[in-house]
Amino acid sequence: MKRIEAVNDFVVKFANVNGSGSASANELFARSFLRMGVPVSPRNIFPSNIQGLPTWYEVRVTEQGWLGRRGGVDLMVAMNPQTWDKDVAEIEAGGYLLYDNTKPLPASRFRPDVHAVGVPLTQMCNAAYSDPRERQLLKNIMYVGVLAALLAIDPAAIAELIGEQYKGKERLLKPNLDAFRKGFHYATEHLEDAIGLRVRRAANVGDRIFIEGNAATALGAVYGGATVCAWYPITPSSSVAEAFERYCTRLRIDKETGEKRYAIIQAEDELASIGMVVGAGWNGARAFTATSGPGISLMTEFIGLAYFAEIPAVLVDVQRGGPSTGMPTRTQQADLIACAYASHGDTRHVLLIPEDPHECFEFTAQAFDLAEQLQTPVFVMTDLDIGMNQRLCAPLKWDDSRSYDRGKLMTAEMLDAGRDFGRYLDVDGDGVPFRTLPGTHPTQGGYFTRGTTKDPYARYSEAGPDYVYNVQRLLKKHDTAKKLVPPAIEKKAGAPTRFGVIHFGSTAPAMAEACEALTERGLEVDTLRLRAFPFGDEVARFIAEHPTVFVIEQNRDAQMRTMLVNELGTDPARLVPILHYDGTPITARFITGMIADRMSGANVEPLKRDKVA
Amino acid sequence: MTYLAKPLLRHPTLPTNRLGYTRRDYEGKISTLCAGCGHDSISAAIIQACWELEIEPHKVAKLSGIGCSSKTPDYFLGNSHGFNTVHGRMPSVLTGAALANRDLIYLGVSGDGDSASIGLGQFAHLMRRGVNMTYIVENNGVYGLTKGQFSATADQGSKSKRGAINPDSAIDLVPLALQLGATYVARSFSGDKAQLVPLIMGALAHPGAALIDVISPCVAFNNHPGSTRSYDYVREHNEAVNRIDFIPKRSEITTDYAPGEAVEVVQHDGSALRFRKLEEDFDPHDRIAAMNYVMTRQALGEIVTGLLFVDPEAGDLHQRLGTPAAPMNRLDETTLCPGSAMLERINASLR
Repeated sequence: MKRIEAVNDFVVKFANVNGSGSASANELFARSFLRMGVPVSPRNIFPSNIQGLPTWYEVRVTEQGWLGRRGGVDLMVAMNPQTWDKDVAEIEAGGYLLYDNTKPLPASRFRPDVHAVGVPLTQMCNAAYSDPRERQLLKNIMYVGVLAALLAIDPAAIAELIGEQYKGKERLLKPNLDAFRKGFHYATEHLEDAIGLRVRRAANVGDRIFIEGNAATALGAVYGGATVCAWYPITPSSSVAEAFERYCTRLRIDKETGEKRYAIIQAEDELASIGMVVGAGWNGARAFTATSGPGISLMTEFIGLAYFAEIPAVLVDVQRGGPSTGMPTRTQQADLIACAYASHGDTRHVLLIPEDPHECFEFTAQAFDLAEQLQTPVFVMTDLDIGMNQRLCAPLKWDDSRSYDRGKLMTAEMLDAGRDFGRYLDVDGDGVPFRTLPGTHPTQGGYFTRGTTKDPYARYSEAGPDYVYNVQRLLKKHDTAKKLVPPAIEKKAGAPTRFGVIHFGSTAPAMAEACEALTERGLEVDTLRLRAFPFGDEVARFIAEHPTVFVIEQNRDAQMRTMLVNELGTDPARLVPILHYDGTPITARFITGMIADRMSGANVEPLKRDKVA
Repeated sequence: MTYLAKPLLRHPTLPTNRLGYTRRDYEGKISTLCAGCGHDSISAAIIQACWELEIEPHKVAKLSGIGCSSKTPDYFLGNSHGFNTVHGRMPSVLTGAALANRDLIYLGVSGDGDSASIGLGQFAHLMRRGVNMTYIVENNGVYGLTKGQFSATADQGSKSKRGAINPDSAIDLVPLALQLGATYVARSFSGDKAQLVPLIMGALAHPGAALIDVISPCVAFNNHPGSTRSYDYVREHNEAVNRIDFIPKRSEITTDYAPGEAVEVVQHDGSALRFRKLEEDFDPHDRIAAMNYVMTRQALGEIVTGLLFVDPEAGDLHQRLGTPAAPMNRLDETTLCPGSAMLERINASLR
């Protein structure tokens, strides 16, 4: 029988029952590779459920540092009888199945081309522990012990992690270490060379950190100066607000007075969340909300108000599968158009699109500057894949000389000096007017903010020329945004090519890996990673330089491609959509296959204008 | 309604308050509402209350939703910042604004459609959060700007101007606010400035969520036979009740009528609303008793006005959140940003 042999390059998947305490054991397993200098990329695959339904945790061990999902499973840790058949079916031929053989299973439940490795986990736990909950929880740590022996993970690395996890909780530390050792010893004694997967110490992790995107986003809000957070719980964004609270409790409470330099409101719904953000932004505080697609739908009226009345606001959209409730625990990049053009009437909004937690931090902090510089809503477009999974990424960075850019604020001194104040007057030619904050001056600078049309001095007006002046200025402002947002990043292929690839967000790690796979097949592509909307000039230039551009997205309708065509007037025939939208994170295998197909096939051969009749 | 601008010249004998402002300094743009609209009387009462309270006009932030009533913040306190927000959503915007700067005085103006129909949820949650604000509902039971549809405060069985009968139960914001934890709850009538001005002053001075439900009949769409908001109907069915004026720090305010006296308020069209004062033993510090009283009298078809409940020790949202004494919109990177050294420590904990 074939046996998969691999060192530092394999996928382990855990099939568990939600609520059984497997998450911390599985995370422990993933972290142990990092301690050995081997990068990992774990992903939670979980249901919309608290207890009882199946949940999976997939760990890609990748010495080369490919952090996208690989696809396929080399070793399945099958701990959930509900999903046994499906889990067993998912294993690659020649792969391995680790299972609990306390109760014998008929041969028909196994696969002839998969190596089954049985461990009497339940029996061992029942023998060692008496408390039912303890039996269940420690079984998880026990299989980590088994895996450590099977894969040659340094047991000291895991013992160290367990020690860190239960620091100060001696009562928990001892049984966990004990369960780990029991599993480790069992495998050492009974399962010699049972599997062909191994880990070997390497030095490929470097100074990188291991963090969830949502936590990094929350830290970005703390560093970016957010003082007001209004939110409504929704998967997969809730942990942004919760992490913000956690970090604020640690970083924002005045040690002397106990004053909290933040206000977090769990609002009654998303309408109220964004309303509070708009109110706080109008009144000069940096405010944000975190939500997902259904929340954006509810917030849309307010987004239009904030755009038209020109109020700074930051919205974090951790995207999930839509429409409607859709796939609430699966990932997609499907809110692009909903956010870019949110609201009735003519609107265009600023989107920042991070690729990983490092950029979640950076872009969220920057979003608060942009929102005030441009006096408009700014969206941070992450997704479930980045937001709710721990991802290895560059350490977070902050420049202490950086100060918050509050944008064009007219002060009492400026008013006293006789500055002309027109709230909606374009004084600098960049479309961005000055604003005053409420309470600035006893007799000057007051104005009435509204969602109705107004003249440059904020006076109610339904006159056509006033309306046109205003909306044209807003377009100019959107142009100004192009120069302020993070530019797209181009990566040239090793050899000149007429094929380009546009991608963005959580697709980045899979794309990097796909590029290498394509090169191995002799196919070269230049890539451009979009990081913001509106598109900078570099995007149009990239498309102009490549007769065929693949646009890779995790949605059904090629939303980014639509936006490229819409904004840049690109010939749609040049933009070839590559779409992945089943709710799982996109893989390098998928991208490579799709692009290779199209590059080698005739179906994307561009028209030769001179040969067309 | 007039499109003739008032002259800017001030009569030299116009009285000024201690800040040196005349009432004119608290006025706003000229109203565009119908001639004789009760809402304009409420604006005038707000102007009078702010002038008497000697509030610096720019220290007030006035917010509203959408509708006739929500237009009015443009017509008073012209030097204050105002925000005409989204239909039914003034409470959330005001909550956010109040979090950003606790030094300003927050005045929310809304209508019965804005607060009891589309905005009932936000109304309720603002009250239960205890946002420090004055919430004035200009309540006429009808949609004016869209020409005469019922709102959620219209009484069951009442008749619209077009002849439709309202089949639905009415929402009364006063007992609702009492139930939700509002700490200053009053009802008044737009035509009774003597009662309304001190109620607004009390609300502005109150350190928590204050509701004043002001009955303000719509002269254009809800003043016909069959309406329970018409002056005739109220005259026939309203058993006048007693009332108490409770004004913090302003005990010298006097009312026009003595305890127990029936009151008839004559409007521009000659119609009148009759009120009676609250029982002299009515205790405005007892939330449950106030709810009982209002609902019992309402079942008899009466309209109870005056200050119905006040908790002088009320706290507010800022207190509950433990936010700084200084406005949060003045904090900058020196106090908000933990800096690179801390970030390095956080990085280290994530390896």
